[in-house]
Amino acid sequence: MSDFSMRDGKMALSQKLLELNWLLVLVLCTVAGIGFAMLYSGSNGNLDPWASRQMIRFGIGLGAMFVVALIDIRIWLQFAYPIYFIALVLLTSVEFVGTVGMGAQRWVDLGVFQLQPSEVMKIALVLALARYFHARNLEDIHSVRALIIPVIMVIVPAGLVLMQPDLGTALLLVMGSAMVFFTAGVRMRVFGISLVAGLAAIPVGWQFLHAYQKKRVLVFLDPESDPLGSGYHIMQSKIALGSGGVFGKGFMEGTQSHLNFLPEMQTDFIFTMLAEETGLVGGVGLLFLYAVIIAYGMGIGVQSRHHFGRLVALGVTATFSLYVIINIAMVMGLLPVVGVPLPLVSYGGTAMMTLMIGFGLILSVYIHRELVIPKRYTGLN
Amino acid sequence: METEGNRYKMFSRRSAMLLGGKFSLFALLAGRMYYLQVIESDQYQMLAEENRISLRLLPPPRGRVIDRFGIELANNRQNYRVVLVPEQTQTVEGTLASLERIFKIEDHQRKRILREVGRKRAFVPVTVSENLSWEQFARINVHTPDLPGILPDVGETRYYPYGAAFAHVVGYVGAVNEAEINDDPMLQLPGFRIGKTGVEQVYEKELRGVAGNSQIEVNAVGRAIRELNRQDGQAGTDVELTLDAELQNFATERLGDESGAAVVMDIFNGDILAMCSTPAYDPNDFNIGLSAKDWGGLLSNPKTPLINKAITGQYPPGSTFKIAVALAALESGVVQADHKVTCYGKMRLGRHDFHCWKRYGHGEMDMISAIAHSCDIYFYDIARKVGIEKIGEYARMLGMGSPLGLMLSGEKPGLIPTPEWKMALQGVRWQTGETLIAGIGQGFVLSTPLQLAVMTARVANGGYAVMPRLTRTVAAPEDLDLEDIPPAINPDPLDISAASLAVVQEGMNRVSNHKRGTAFAARIREKGMELAGKTGTAQVRRISRAERQDRVRKNEEKQWIERDHALFVAFAPVDAPRYAISVLIEHGGSGSKAAAPIARDIMHETQKRDPSRRLNPSVKPSHDKPVKA
Repeated sequence: MSDFSMRDGKMALSQKLLELNWLLVLVLCTVAGIGFAMLYSGSNGNLDPWASRQMIRFGIGLGAMFVVALIDIRIWLQFAYPIYFIALVLLTSVEFVGTVGMGAQRWVDLGVFQLQPSEVMKIALVLALARYFHARNLEDIHSVRALIIPVIMVIVPAGLVLMQPDLGTALLLVMGSAMVFFTAGVRMRVFGISLVAGLAAIPVGWQFLHAYQKKRVLVFLDPESDPLGSGYHIMQSKIALGSGGVFGKGFMEGTQSHLNFLPEMQTDFIFTMLAEETGLVGGVGLLFLYAVIIAYGMGIGVQSRHHFGRLVALGVTATFSLYVIINIAMVMGLLPVVGVPLPLVSYGGTAMMTLMIGFGLILSVYIHRELVIPKRYTGLN
Repeated sequence: METEGNRYKMFSRRSAMLLGGKFSLFALLAGRMYYLQVIESDQYQMLAEENRISLRLLPPPRGRVIDRFGIELANNRQNYRVVLVPEQTQTVEGTLASLERIFKIEDHQRKRILREVGRKRAFVPVTVSENLSWEQFARINVHTPDLPGILPDVGETRYYPYGAAFAHVVGYVGAVNEAEINDDPMLQLPGFRIGKTGVEQVYEKELRGVAGNSQIEVNAVGRAIRELNRQDGQAGTDVELTLDAELQNFATERLGDESGAAVVMDIFNGDILAMCSTPAYDPNDFNIGLSAKDWGGLLSNPKTPLINKAITGQYPPGSTFKIAVALAALESGVVQADHKVTCYGKMRLGRHDFHCWKRYGHGEMDMISAIAHSCDIYFYDIARKVGIEKIGEYARMLGMGSPLGLMLSGEKPGLIPTPEWKMALQGVRWQTGETLIAGIGQGFVLSTPLQLAVMTARVANGGYAVMPRLTRTVAAPEDLDLEDIPPAINPDPLDISAASLAVVQEGMNRVSNHKRGTAFAARIREKGMELAGKTGTAQVRRISRAERQDRVRKNEEKQWIERDHALFVAFAPVDAPRYAISVLIEHGGSGSKAAAPIARDIMHETQKRDPSRRLNPSVKPSHDKPVKA
């Protein structure tokens, strides 16, 4: 337990630094390091073009993470809604102004860097939901009326993202939010009903899917049906992964990845390359590290005395875990190809940034876990 | 903080549930990994290897065919060609357009090129044109900087330096057809050539060699990355023939425009020094491509250039058969050499008249003079005495009536008739008159020029069953099968007495070297090189009575296709025989006029080229212009 004034709630910077959960930072860096190694291998022993860039991005991300962590959690609480609305505006505007890129995600070119509003929304939504539930009692939440606003808060951005069309991110938003709802105390049967309704809506929703999305699902169900097209990726991924065996082929010796049999090996299928080169040992090892991070995140949530912190920690961790599970399941043929990167390891700037900011928030929760924040919070005095 | 506590508990509980759920999903993922990487690992490893390893065949160079002195009769020549690699062009059309400025491309060529470009991957070369001349090749080479994507390339094609003279014996190579495909993976290579006729076909396995292979690591689009492993194959073995290329060229030239054949062989070891069949064709044409018109021309030519007449042509041997008949008569004891017959020009048997070629007869003949003058009456007489079965027996002993085992495709066995054979074929009994006709080598009797040469050789070598051969050995490494090892150099002696042989040999000597011999005009004058032979004129069609009345008797007056075939066989030198020859001129009219002079010149040249005659190895045999009779 740290000793500073509970009432006052202000901490000196040096104290905050000490309070940082350095173990979590260490594990994050380890995982990122594994990512660098894989990108190095994927470029056949070159830091260019991937590893060096990723390292720079991670460096910047680390910086952002510390900054976010050191900012008082109550500021985040205060600005939760404004951030959400800005994200919403950006998301709407990109429908008209933005350019379509890989994976059908739209972004806005701000000259200095490219901003993907859907990424911003992932964080913003968690903050907004956490804020909302922080202010409510458990009994409030049991009534359906109280749920209308948060549901709208989820559906609107999810719908916008879906229109991009980015099915993967939309599902992530919805599922991540569902987990926040769950731990905030929404009744179980609400979930039950929603699940049923969701399943019932599948045939309807199916019609609205784009052709390529339908194809993805069909190919997932039977990869052999399209061995030269989308089924190819999954088959090659399984071959590469399976041929790694228990101990793998050795670092930089992954034949399938290096000979271009495995597509997108620096992004979606980077886990496959890891599994090919380091085998079952390496794959399970990385899973273990992820499990540690998730456990930490959840643990931090439980340790927070204020509800906002709990839900933020949980929300970010939940989103993180969804990424991991979906990506690894996808490369092993257990889910259709949805273009979800493996966090901290896959090559990619925006996702990395979002994640680091998210972890910054988790760390901020951790630093400020002893704070007591009233439900109706008006701001720092 | 009651609500705080409640919702804290709710939160913790549900977080724990979520954590549990996530960990079970993780366990599921780990389980799946275990499944793929341990349980199914072997299968995936195999698939991974299949992905990345491509086996490339390295076909070895084809063995050459060479003559006995090492002169190349079939070799591999560089084939200058131009290929196009689409991914190295800016546009394929652009490059083709630039190329057309210095090199003509036909419309159908263009279409074919574009079609192949569409079908193949961008880094696979497409042949633009092959068999370019050196100038065309050089010109394109100079312009390659302006022709992006155009690569000059050198391949190998089969080449026959002497062309038509060896077309039948050496044969040619062509594309593999379905019936010929077997386990050898080389046969599946596109554009692979396999021997179709002649030596190229018979010794295909030795000439082809064994392919090596190289294991190449490829990436997902099949591009080669690096070589993993290489196994060298075995180069094709050269096949050395017993032919003497320069002699064969001389003989072919001497046959000229005639439709005919010539065979020269060593009477002791059976080496074939020359085997010619004219007219022929240039086998190189088959490599470049023969137009339908040219091919049709070859097929419809009445002089049958596609057939090797030396082994496939079956002709009545005519008077050359008298050699066999004489031996049969002497050996059977029916007659002696001094048996006399008076020839008046014709002889009656039953209701038929059998004529001698000399209208008013030869007068009194004994065996030797009958041979020398080729008296038909004499041979009708002894044939009747000996009988067709005995004649057949000795004819077979001399190598007629069955194939001689050269293995060249198309070799025919000839025909030595027997009463059983005739009964089986026609259901009619053998007539005595047919024996008479057989006695002068007409009727059902058929033989090939090769068989006639072998018959002569067996007579000249003192009665040994020499077998003809085209190769002595094929130098092969131990693990290649040697098909048919050539026959032993010591052939079995035939059951023919030396005395009988001496009679026949003397008869043949007089044919050529005595004033009244039928081939005296075609004798070799050079001392020590004299030949001894036998003429033959094989009737293609009997001169009908009507024609006789119209005084159309002479062959020269008939149409070519109806004229008799001209034959001549001989051995030389007379005092120490070494070589045998047979010459056939289709529709030549008269053996002594058409075939004998050609045989003389060829035999003369053969002996001049004999290394044992040359005292000074640096003195080459002179190449006199052949003297026509």
